[in-house]
Amino acid sequence: MATAAAHRTAGTQRYDGREAAEGEQDAYQRAFDAAVAADERIEPRDWMPEAYRATLVRQIAQHAHSEIIGMQPEANWITRAPSLRRKAILMAKVQDEAGHGLYLYSAAETLGTGREELLDKLHTGRQKYSSIFNYPTLTWADVGAIGWLVDGAAITNQVPLCRCSYGPYARAMVRVCKEESFHQRQGYELLLALSRGTPEQHAMAQDAVDRWWWPSLMMFGPPDDESAHSAQSMAWKIKRHSNDELRQRFVDICVPQAESLGLTLPDPDLKWNEDRGQHDFGAIDWSEFKEVLKGNGPCNEQRITQRTRAHEEGAWVREAAAAHAAKHSRENPESRESRETGAQQA
Amino acid sequence: MTTTAHTDTAALALGDDALVLSHRLGEWMGHAPVLEEEVALANIALDLLGQARILLSMAGDEDELAYLREERAFRNLQLVEQPNGDFAHTIARQLYFSTYQHLLYDRLATGVGPFTGLAAKAVKEVAYHRDHAEQWTRRLGDGTEVSHERMRQACAALWRFTGEMFQPVEGVGTDLADLEAPWLESVGAVLGRAGLETPEGPRAGAWRAGAGRQGLHTEPFGRMLAEMQHLHRSHPGASW
Repeated sequence: MATAAAHRTAGTQRYDGREAAEGEQDAYQRAFDAAVAADERIEPRDWMPEAYRATLVRQIAQHAHSEIIGMQPEANWITRAPSLRRKAILMAKVQDEAGHGLYLYSAAETLGTGREELLDKLHTGRQKYSSIFNYPTLTWADVGAIGWLVDGAAITNQVPLCRCSYGPYARAMVRVCKEESFHQRQGYELLLALSRGTPEQHAMAQDAVDRWWWPSLMMFGPPDDESAHSAQSMAWKIKRHSNDELRQRFVDICVPQAESLGLTLPDPDLKWNEDRGQHDFGAIDWSEFKEVLKGNGPCNEQRITQRTRAHEEGAWVREAAAAHAAKHSRENPESRESRETGAQQA
Repeated sequence: MTTTAHTDTAALALGDDALVLSHRLGEWMGHAPVLEEEVALANIALDLLGQARILLSMAGDEDELAYLREERAFRNLQLVEQPNGDFAHTIARQLYFSTYQHLLYDRLATGVGPFTGLAAKAVKEVAYHRDHAEQWTRRLGDGTEVSHERMRQACAALWRFTGEMFQPVEGVGTDLADLEAPWLESVGAVLGRAGLETPEGPRAGAWRAGAGRQGLHTEPFGRMLAEMQHLHRSHPGASW
């Protein structure tokens, strides 16, 4: 498979056997660089640098993990949703997130890893998920704030990923972004209903925005001068914009939306800067961000415990499905296994 | 006038079944044994919630009916309010109920009456729910020794709640007792293919068959309603 893949990307390069391997590597690297420079998509069977593969596995897996851990803070309110319409919307959203997790694990698997392996890394803390999901959902309004701010930040991050150099990831992002935009509008609409509701509902909405604003800004990652992977990812066209650029874009989008919601953003330094044509905003508390990343956020332990427990308590179900499939495939005359058994018997 | 009242009775009974089971399935979200089941259980829960909203709206305001009635006014079967238990209990509950719902909606969809339109749409959804439950019953029953034993226990534990499904409900437009024979045959066949025996013992609730339909529920139901209704009741008159 590797040979066939190499042929495709290396184009006219002739494969001369093992002795030529070193020269071939250079040719593959040149072909890869040229493909990235020409904005062509890299596909699973194409040759790619090992570091590019490893970066993508890390990023896509972290993205997939974020989708499934991200189900928890919202699912926390499914059984308490205050109207049947809102309950249906929230259930559909959490279901979409499980679906996004599935697309993204599939995209990661095209790079030669497996879902089981990635889940194991999540459960043992060797791979991360988005820091935002370590904050608790304390009121119903948090469901709206997550939709508006957290999904809004996610979309700002993810829309450029639709043009990412790795084909399976880019295509997954096209599907994910469509659904996320829908969730974001629903979150905004939920907050608007609260903001225009009773004084208690308005206060609930404001409190939620106060608590989710800064963690949402942290979703864009550390400032550009401290971002370890940024330069290489941008060179590979995995990333298209820097963390700070995207964060600024997000702030500029949110300010007028907050105004039409009738809610304030909890930042006294937030103001329009005429010269820059952008908003200035206050300093982010990076020490909090680092603590959350280190596992010391409000819900880190709870989130991983729930995920691990679901996985462990479900082991007997997965084992049953595998055992049943194995029995069934032996019984099924069309299956490969039984053809092999038949061949041995003959 | 009498016809309308009877339609309301039936709409509440069928709507409460769907509402309560949907809620129970919603409790699985974030806890399922595999990601595909997060999607599948949520999907079934959403279908049921959709059915519940249509049915409750036939009888009144959906949110008033869901959030402001007390336990004694709910008309759902005791079967659907049973706690999720392990995955086998959830699947056994799905098998028993989706087989019933499929037989019922299949019949209502071809008849005339207030539920024909709903049944024509719902029967397609419920066919999927039934297929999902049947496949998992087979996987668990005919999987490992552990899964076989768990599935056996789950089917036995919920058996006593199944008789209630065939008690008459005013206004439903069909004789529910007629569904009992095909239900027994279908469930028995699925269990047989799964290597499980059809449970023995009475099929009536602890009080009497039909108790849930009379507003007599099991203890876990009150706590489920407390959670479901808490926020709505805390803000009287608010819109969401």
